Amino acid sequence: MPQTLFDKIWQRHQVVGESASAPATVYIDLHLVHEVTSPQAFSVLRERGLSVRRPDRTLATLDHSTPTRAAELYGALRPGPATTQIQTLQKNCADFGVPLYDLDSRERGIVHVIGPELGASHPGFTIVCGDSHTSTHGAFGALAFGIGTTEVGHVLATQCLLQRRPKTMAVNVNGRLAPGVSAKDLILAIIGRLGVGGGTGHVLEYRGEAIAALSMEQRMTVCNMSIEAGARAGLVAPDDTTLEYLHGRRFAPRGRDWAAAVSRWRALRSDDGAVFDRSVELDASALAPMITYGTHPGMVMPIDGTVPASQRSALDYMGLSEGQRLIGQPVDVVFVGSCTNSRLSDLRDAARVLRGRKVRDGVRALVVPGSQQVKRDAEAEGLHEIFLSAGAQWRESGCSMCIAMNGDAVGSGQYSVSTSNRNFEGRQGRGARTLLASPMTAAAAAVTGRVTDPRQFL
Amino acid sequence: MEPFVSLTSRTVVLPAEDIDTDQIIPARFLTTTTRAGLGQHLFSEWRYLDDGTPDPSFTMNMRQSQGAQVLVAGHNFGCGSSREHAPWALYDFGIRVVISTQIADIFRSNAQKNGIVPILVNDEIHQWLLTHPDVAVTVDLESMTLRLPGARQVEFELDPFARHCLMQGVDQLGFLLAQTSDVDAFERDQPLTPAIAVAS
Repeated sequence: MPQTLFDKIWQRHQVVGESASAPATVYIDLHLVHEVTSPQAFSVLRERGLSVRRPDRTLATLDHSTPTRAAELYGALRPGPATTQIQTLQKNCADFGVPLYDLDSRERGIVHVIGPELGASHPGFTIVCGDSHTSTHGAFGALAFGIGTTEVGHVLATQCLLQRRPKTMAVNVNGRLAPGVSAKDLILAIIGRLGVGGGTGHVLEYRGEAIAALSMEQRMTVCNMSIEAGARAGLVAPDDTTLEYLHGRRFAPRGRDWAAAVSRWRALRSDDGAVFDRSVELDASALAPMITYGTHPGMVMPIDGTVPASQRSALDYMGLSEGQRLIGQPVDVVFVGSCTNSRLSDLRDAARVLRGRKVRDGVRALVVPGSQQVKRDAEAEGLHEIFLSAGAQWRESGCSMCIAMNGDAVGSGQYSVSTSNRNFEGRQGRGARTLLASPMTAAAAAVTGRVTDPRQFL
Repeated sequence: MEPFVSLTSRTVVLPAEDIDTDQIIPARFLTTTTRAGLGQHLFSEWRYLDDGTPDPSFTMNMRQSQGAQVLVAGHNFGCGSSREHAPWALYDFGIRVVISTQIADIFRSNAQKNGIVPILVNDEIHQWLLTHPDVAVTVDLESMTLRLPGARQVEFELDPFARHCLMQGVDQLGFLLAQTSDVDAFERDQPLTPAIAVAS
């Protein structure tokens, strides 16, 4: 019987099959760990006298509550709960033998940026992390999803999870994205179509001409926000683009192992005639740059449109009204970063707009690379000079203003055009008003101090 | 974890749709390294005024809501992040049941592992509950029924394994550890997924 890509990965990882009385026991190939959702899981291991079953399948990093200013990051951390959390992960990794990309590591960065960058996220893998944006790694044709802290403990102790089989949804994207329209705009449009809860219970497979044409970094942006439609995971079948990206990376197979891996990976695609529980179609060529107007990512519109009728409380919070245009809306903060849009190509997109231009007076613009490697790569091609001479801040890597746990925050009532993934109330700081958009749209807002269609700068 | 068999409680209603985990507990309270005491931060942005005092107009601060253990919420409750701090905060505050027409996957999974029963009802029952706050309901896992006032009763579904764990008050780690020999066998027989063999 023809199988979907999801089916192939699911079947391949069954340690004990699913029954009416118990979920399947699913083997996990790669477990990513960070400081915020792991302390209580390590505590359970200690209480029960358990060890980490496969430290060689576990990677830890510090990203969520870490400072992005070099003086703080590499100097003495300020005492407080965030620092205690960082020190707790350092101790847990040392005690349990888990490899940690520590504060001073050249490989440190946002967990969903460094996994792929190091070549640790392989096609066909099951990948989990105590973070809902783990769906990012689905870009490699992996089944990757976020889990809670109790499950982090399960994976640390047993390398397995108990899971019921989710449903599948094909997201067919035809046509090609127009110039100035990015992968971020595409996924925002998909979320707008499905709704913020429309993917619940499903694993999405992104397919079609538009997806095949995307680079790996763009596919990561798409898969990253699968959770914002409520989906369990999102994935893309591996192809030549995937292989080219992985080849030669640190944890990619080498030599004869590479050839063997490639022949396995080539089979990782949905068979012709495979049946999905649901499918939706989108035309990429019809899309404009997208921007959110409300308090979840499903409240999204084309940048040149008007705010549609919506939940009153959401529009009140945002200080916007139905029928209003967003173009021209004054902006206080611009944030380019997060596991959605902090990779080299995202920074290049922002730099294309900012090159030779200035950040408008009164706008605070922050560019936060996704990893220290991204930072070095960007600096090697001079992107930081473009950002700095435009008047933007150029920081060390981390989650930063996406989740506002490290002191990088948007003020109450302020408008932020942000390349991150969530515009929930208070997400970027208490009372902060977040407009999610692409790196090009964010950079255009930095230049004019207003919501601006980036296509005029290209 | 306390076993959950049957519970009778008044309801507290938050009718907003798509209540996300950042509303249930904002990220600035996630710097903790324990599970304890998170109830004080539950719905922090809505419960407290700017000066830190309770907002008397917020449902959960009202006198009739005190002690309510059943939360009736709008469609798609718990969307957003995977933070287990959300069910920890709800449990610490005293909530044992969440009722909605849709509950986000990760939140639902986390809730079940922490003694909270997630219940999906149809639109009609949901509307009735949303428009009749502070009613006494009974949630019974033995019969898998939700009993409403006026001898009205509806059945609900729960994964049988999650139900077992909730009723016994046991977590799933013991079950997984009992399968260690199966995991050993899997790792022996499936050499196709090489370990990443990390060297720092």
